[in-house]
Amino acid sequence: MSDTARTSSHDRLMDSLAGGLRPVRRLPGPAFRALAWCAAAVGLGLALMPFADLEALRIRMAVADLRYAALGAVLTAVAAAVAAFQTSVPGRASAWALLPLAPAAFWIGASGAGCLRDWAVPGADPADMHQTGGCVAFLLAVSLPLSLVLVWMLRRACPLRPNLTAALAGLSAAAAAAALLVPFHPHDATATDLALHALVVGLVIGANGLAGGRLLRRG
Amino acid sequence: MACAVPAGHDRPTPQARDPFGWATVARPAAAASGRTERMSRDQALACDMAAAQAGDAEAYRRLLRDCLPVIAGLARAQGVRAEAVDDVVQDVLLTIHRARATYDPARPFLPWLRAITQRRAIDGMRRASRRPREVHDPIAYEAEVDRGPAPGHRLEARDRERVLARAVAALPEGQRQAVEHLALQERSLEETAALTGRTKGALKVNLHRALKALRRTLGSGSADRDEAAFRPGERGTHDV
Repeated sequence: MSDTARTSSHDRLMDSLAGGLRPVRRLPGPAFRALAWCAAAVGLGLALMPFADLEALRIRMAVADLRYAALGAVLTAVAAAVAAFQTSVPGRASAWALLPLAPAAFWIGASGAGCLRDWAVPGADPADMHQTGGCVAFLLAVSLPLSLVLVWMLRRACPLRPNLTAALAGLSAAAAAAALLVPFHPHDATATDLALHALVVGLVIGANGLAGGRLLRRG
Repeated sequence: MACAVPAGHDRPTPQARDPFGWATVARPAAAASGRTERMSRDQALACDMAAAQAGDAEAYRRLLRDCLPVIAGLARAQGVRAEAVDDVVQDVLLTIHRARATYDPARPFLPWLRAITQRRAIDGMRRASRRPREVHDPIAYEAEVDRGPAPGHRLEARDRERVLARAVAALPEGQRQAVEHLALQERSLEETAALTGRTKGALKVNLHRALKALRRTLGSGSADRDEAAFRPGERGTHDV
């Protein structure tokens, strides 16, 4: 391309962009928007609370590993949401993507400890297939709207790595769904249960990474 | 970041630029002032972007224009091939437009622009690497023009130099001096006049005649005529 042609093509594009310029409302900071999404997830949890067996929840929360697993899921959801919003803004450090690693490790570790307890302690109440299927359906049903809301919020920014941002969004939604499942989880964790949960979480992350990545790229 | 520099005011004029498109400060003792200048440039860009977010089209146009050399420099530094730089520049301009709501004027502008440019440069290089290369097609591979010098290029160039040197040497004294001083050594008329003792007018006429003679000698491509032209005593024109 000659210098003249190059200049005129750049000029045309700049004129076109400047000519159609409209005022934009500056996006709030990523942390603020992450907290807004977390508030929406908490709102969903509060809406579901009337259907939960709070007495059973209180008893389960007295067990350390179940309590830590729930805490790990909450921390992972918050950290992954913050990471997703941070990576959706140009110029923010890509190291933000590592933020959810530590809480996710804590979450997986505490959930694994629940399985060990189930093997070690006689008389534990493992889940049957019907209950496990209910958990999977719950995780999927809650992850979907949370993912949609998150992707919709992220589309307003400009993720330069859409797949990474969408995968973080998937992790956040799946972790939030797992945290919201705690009040409705009527049995102790087993290896099968944990594996299914991990599968669903992986599925949600993968689906977000693929579909969400495309949505974010198109936005 | 407060917009202490009013838009369009105190903006450095175009001058020598570093690889990233920023004006370089020639004075050696100005390293600190260079940093200050860069900060003020960043501040000016940040102010323009803040104005663009509010809908100021003129500030936006100025911002995009100021960003062009920066984007091109960053893309080249990222390894984008020269012929693909313009595509990256346009892609970045479109991304700036789409992402302008994400810019926070409290933060420096250049890291924001750099992140967009680097990402778009990588995207562009990935797209180029995915594109089917014609070297996989045997016919296209054989028909591919090698942009490098041909094998006998240096020999031919040396031959051309020798022929030209002989043609110049065969010119009458005054014309040869005019060609050597004015055309080959690029001296001024005054310098050449002082060196040769000829007037400026005579030098001009000699140069004109010399070029005419050289064109006639070298332009025909006939070896016989070349040989004839180099023969002493057969000079077609005379000195002034």
